[in-house]
Amino acid sequence: MPRRTDLKRILLLGSGPIVIGQAAEFDYSGTQAVKALREEGYEVVLVNSNPATIMTDPEFADRTYIEPVTPEWVERVIARERPDALLPTMGGQTALNVAMALHTSGVLERYGVELIGADARAIRMAEDREAFADAMRRIGLKVPPGGFATSVEQARAIVERTGYPAIIRPSFTLGGTGGGIAYNPSELDGRVQWGLDASPTHQVLVEQSVVGWKEFELEVMRDGRDNVVIVCSIENLDPMGVHTGDSITVAPAMTLTDREYQVMRDAAIAIIREIGVEAGGCNIQFAVSPADGEMLVIEMNPRVSRSSALASKATGFPIARMGTKLAVGYTLDELPNDITRTTPASFEPVLDYVVVKFPRFPFEKFPGADWRLTTQMKSVGESMAIGRTFKEAFQKGIRALEMDRAGWVAGATPADDRLEHDDADTIRAALRQPTPERVFQVKRAFEAGLGADEIARLTGIDPWFTGQMAELVEAERAFRAAWPRAGAEPARRELLRRMKRMGFSDVQLAGLAGTTEDRVREERHALGVRPAFKTVDTCAGEFPSATPYLYSSYDEENESEPFGERAVVVLGSGPNRIGQGVEFDYCCVRAALAFRELGYRTIMINSNPETVSTDFDISDKLYFEPLTFEDVLEIVELERPLGVVVQLGGQTPLKLARRLDAAGVRILGTSADAIDTAEDRRRFEAIGRELGITQPPSGTATSTEEALAVAEKVGYPVLVRPSYVLGGRAMEIVYDAGTLREYFATAARAAPGHPVLIDRFLEDAFEADVDAIADGTTCVIGGIMQHIEDAGIHSGDSACVLPPYLIGEPELEEMRRHTRALAKALGVVGLINVQYAIKDGVVYCLEVNPRGSRTVPFVSKATGVPLAKLAAGVMVGRTLGQLGLRDEPELPYVAVKEAVFPFVKLPNVDTILGPEMRSTGEVMGIADTFGWAFAKAQIGADGALPLEGTIFVTVNDGDKPTVTPIVRRFHEMGFKLVATEGTARYLQRRGIACERVNKVWEGRPNAVDLIISGKVQLLINTPLGKYSQRDDYELRRAALMHRVPYTTTMSAAAAACDAVIALRSSPGDVLSLQERYRTHRASTVQVA
Amino acid sequence: MSERQLPAYVLLEDGTWYRGATSAPFDVTTAEVVFTTNLSGYQEVFTDPSYAGQAVVLTAPMIGNYGINPEDMEAPRPMVAGVVVRELSREASSWRATGRLGPWLGGFGIPVISEVDTRRLTRQIRQRGAMQGVLAIGDEPSEEARRVLAAAPRMEGLDLASRVTCRTWETVGPGDASFKVVAYDFGMKRNIVRLLVANGCQVTVVPSDTPAAAVLERHPDGVFLSNGPGDPAAIAYAPAMLRELASSGTPIFGICLGHQLLGLAFGAATVKMPYGHRGGNHPVRDLRTGRVLITSQNHGFAIQAEPGSTAVPGAPALEVTHRNLNDHTVEGVRHLELPVFAVQYHPEASPGPHDARHHFAEFVRLMSSTP
Repeated sequence: MPRRTDLKRILLLGSGPIVIGQAAEFDYSGTQAVKALREEGYEVVLVNSNPATIMTDPEFADRTYIEPVTPEWVERVIARERPDALLPTMGGQTALNVAMALHTSGVLERYGVELIGADARAIRMAEDREAFADAMRRIGLKVPPGGFATSVEQARAIVERTGYPAIIRPSFTLGGTGGGIAYNPSELDGRVQWGLDASPTHQVLVEQSVVGWKEFELEVMRDGRDNVVIVCSIENLDPMGVHTGDSITVAPAMTLTDREYQVMRDAAIAIIREIGVEAGGCNIQFAVSPADGEMLVIEMNPRVSRSSALASKATGFPIARMGTKLAVGYTLDELPNDITRTTPASFEPVLDYVVVKFPRFPFEKFPGADWRLTTQMKSVGESMAIGRTFKEAFQKGIRALEMDRAGWVAGATPADDRLEHDDADTIRAALRQPTPERVFQVKRAFEAGLGADEIARLTGIDPWFTGQMAELVEAERAFRAAWPRAGAEPARRELLRRMKRMGFSDVQLAGLAGTTEDRVREERHALGVRPAFKTVDTCAGEFPSATPYLYSSYDEENESEPFGERAVVVLGSGPNRIGQGVEFDYCCVRAALAFRELGYRTIMINSNPETVSTDFDISDKLYFEPLTFEDVLEIVELERPLGVVVQLGGQTPLKLARRLDAAGVRILGTSADAIDTAEDRRRFEAIGRELGITQPPSGTATSTEEALAVAEKVGYPVLVRPSYVLGGRAMEIVYDAGTLREYFATAARAAPGHPVLIDRFLEDAFEADVDAIADGTTCVIGGIMQHIEDAGIHSGDSACVLPPYLIGEPELEEMRRHTRALAKALGVVGLINVQYAIKDGVVYCLEVNPRGSRTVPFVSKATGVPLAKLAAGVMVGRTLGQLGLRDEPELPYVAVKEAVFPFVKLPNVDTILGPEMRSTGEVMGIADTFGWAFAKAQIGADGALPLEGTIFVTVNDGDKPTVTPIVRRFHEMGFKLVATEGTARYLQRRGIACERVNKVWEGRPNAVDLIISGKVQLLINTPLGKYSQRDDYELRRAALMHRVPYTTTMSAAAAACDAVIALRSSPGDVLSLQERYRTHRASTVQVA
Repeated sequence: MSERQLPAYVLLEDGTWYRGATSAPFDVTTAEVVFTTNLSGYQEVFTDPSYAGQAVVLTAPMIGNYGINPEDMEAPRPMVAGVVVRELSREASSWRATGRLGPWLGGFGIPVISEVDTRRLTRQIRQRGAMQGVLAIGDEPSEEARRVLAAAPRMEGLDLASRVTCRTWETVGPGDASFKVVAYDFGMKRNIVRLLVANGCQVTVVPSDTPAAAVLERHPDGVFLSNGPGDPAAIAYAPAMLRELASSGTPIFGICLGHQLLGLAFGAATVKMPYGHRGGNHPVRDLRTGRVLITSQNHGFAIQAEPGSTAVPGAPALEVTHRNLNDHTVEGVRHLELPVFAVQYHPEASPGPHDARHHFAEFVRLMSSTP
């Protein structure tokens, strides 16, 4: 069947902000979908609230709506655009849920919009755990025994039957939110309640635990003619009990015989048919008993998923792209395999390599969080590595995580591996509990003398995997013994080659040989032990492949033809983490595409399977490799490119800049030295003084004593942070010497070898971010963003608004002048980001980053000026004039960025904001007024503000004067106010009617009861000081869990008030970016 | 790895050679070197008689992970001439495992070379075609190895089926089965017999050169022609034998070599393919329904026919029913008048996907509708 001609305009839903369980992989799938649809001549209308994504770049879809992905707002887009069809399977659970809501409410029918890819019946059957279990029984497949509960009592009755441990899975949630494992009745009550609260339908599935069983996933595709293929099998190294997103996973499956694999394959085909996914893909999870091979079906996702993104990267089969083509009527045999281009897509990829995925966790940001791994996902990113063997991929995957592990090595101290001691018994006890560090505890276990079989028993990891690990331990021992005695070149070459073939990095070998990385590399090069790059070709070499998608090995034949001087290497940003996410991938992708347009061949290096940058059609050559110095240098030495781009991928490539530069690699754009100058506090201060730019008093320290002296000199409060970090890692505001001492004891480790920076903290200042671009002579401001939260909240966590709304023109002009001067002084060629604070009319420069910043995509989407694309141009010598950028755009509308946090996934974590970044994602609200833009941003961030109802106010004394006019405005709008004693008395005295409510310790009913029982529609809370911290914390957690919007700063409360006024004044409207730009483009930029 | 490793290599007739290692010494062995892309199912591959005379390169790099077991045997012993892998697993992990792959193959004296850049070797075969090669111990090719290789016979013209076939008649399945089937064993995989029995047949397995008359006098409900190794055109006695069987009106179903022999019997020609089809992921279109099957394959020869046509040159009585979507080669034929059909791929899978299993039911239907 050729493509459908009855469809003209297709609506695509994105997944909204990045949250745990729904991350950059949906930018990857959505971007593929947009491209696939446009390639077929369809008009694409896209809705996604996330401005950091590539898909929302206005050059991708025909109409791009950065609007909340909620039924109400998508309906407005439908009413305006009248699409023929809606493709709901590319935007994760969010898109699927919105599509279902629009179907159920009759909106789709009313506007004549057809669901394509998966119909409502199939979605319901797959998503409703009860209907799914019935469907499995109909086709003779087993699911774990269990039942559905809507109360704790019902759950208890089920477990009575099925026994402990029990798995609790809330219905219709994402990434296992609210899920858990209960080992006893008291755990059960808590977990069930948590799950019921998390489920929108207040329902949980309680099932018998198969903790410890082997876990597998299959990625399945089916076309409209009922042709079905399995794209990839994935085996979880961590057995059942750990969410697959938090598991180390391996492709293809390693420990299934063909007989067992084919039974699973048959089951998968039967499932996709029974559920009725008509044209598209799905992911199916299975549990297999290690004792007798019994197989259970765990769940199915009738859409692309994190696993399908991984499977696409692991095999070279672009699942989202193919799924999109199937949704518009093609069959698999009509579509070419994009890698070979000569064979059809109706086949099953075969791998002649092994892929290992590692999760990356955010616990360093949440010291209080529960770090035990369970069925609720907690990781925020992942690395993927490809090797010719499991051992090679396993070690590459670990170093690709960028967690200061050069491979499978134990930490410097037992504490690094979450152990109190490193004796065998401590390790034994620890191994039973899955944690992010367990794989390193396993390493220590071997070193402490435990055997592979015992480790397998304790961890539930299949003995095949622990056996592989044992081989690595043996290889290390053998190398350590043989290396000092190996005299002759052939023997040394053979030893090195053998270790490299098992994935050992030069750093690891240096550790084993008692030498340095540089020495190992020099000898290795002298001996001619260099990587051979192999192609990911979907067919294990059976057919020629047209697409250079490569990975390194230490086999014989190198398949990579160097590009030479006509090529530009773009270094990606590695695994997503808090502080370094999809926004940097946006920059890398945009630049890679731009270099190609400028006539260069582009080479991408990245290790993150969730990204668009690792899609093989974004660059001319893709190296799926860890972003370490060794791995990057090997590629660069083979390719001999024009240069390497380090300024767009965040800290990951930036950290490599100096060493690459020293190794003779040309850094394109701003020099490594300039980057260093900006990071080096002393050098930067000197430049600031020279240019007459005010900076907060500051100093650096490498010891506690120095730090105390500096703090004394600059005056408390001080802002302390290690240099060379991103996302405010270990950044804190310190009010006294005692706290500073405490801080110093822990933070010195955040960046080994780099000093801690100590700045005077400017209380109650406004902050602003400026993104600009320079070509070496000219610097043009891309945008000035004013933070909505006060100084002291990390810029990545603060809402911000563009253009600024409360900063005067003289201050704005001063920031522009400083930015231009800094760009010139540093010799910036490319992007620069400067952060300012304004206090009492004085503009302070807080920091300069001569690189692409987190806000580049936001500014680009808000203004229509593609900063990263232009940066590519200047890096290869174009001037801004040649590129058509002359002046800062003036916007006749307002864009607000709001941060999105992972608190709901992390029990026991406070929601209060601070200088350490903790948000995982962002949304943008764009409208004609600030109030509306802020309101939309809140809706997009799942914090829709109320139009009426009750506002609960409880603020510290310092904030009471500020909050008064704000609540007065709310009061005048008809909102009812409640407050705890102090705040209530304060407001009443100022003539604002306000009801008093008990604090938690004052008896019941109290404030928390009020929130839980749904009597509060908005919470305005600032911390009341040390003694009532617990009280505040419970309030905020209660608000979070019961989805009551809350603000923890005064400025956000004021903004919320503006937004509520806007919401009450009009129904609001939607407008695509392409249309918005028309309102100002003529007057500002003509971007070629 | 703790096992003692000897240097070993594969030398191809084009002069390229590939270094590796082995833990069990073996004699210099010549074989046609072919690759298979099956991700799992190495035990079934090694025991498939169609691989007789061939050294198999597995493109999947990790081999031996789940050990070996008594159930996944397609013949009583491994049939391959040699095994070439990237990494041979030291560990064997499966609840069904009764042994480890390396020692098991070694026990049958089958050369196993590991640590080979199997991708390079595969790419070479893809570009140059399947070649004769030699597997030997040593750091680099020896004169002896080169001499042995030069003297090795080519696959073309080799009747290997007559060597691997059974020597005596054997009947499997219940005596009260609905259908009595005679299966010609050209190197038959056990799973074919299992599936015929599962579909309600009693199967009498007979040697490949059993005269048609001896079969027909038992009045079987159907005749099955098995898979097997070697050049179909070299089995000189087969065409006349098959014509006699077919003209009796007895339903016939052929797989792989059986498919090629049927083609030859009705006038088609067979050709040696450059590097054959071996793996579990080949898309095949059923030209009658349009549906695509993912099939298990293992063959180096094919029936000749022009792409895009259902006609079989030289065999007007046959029509093409299935085509490979990768290279458009013939994957299935049927006789236009007689109850005779055959497929080039392996519906019995083992290893590989089960998409084509319905052919066994099709055979049963054909038998029940034939008077």
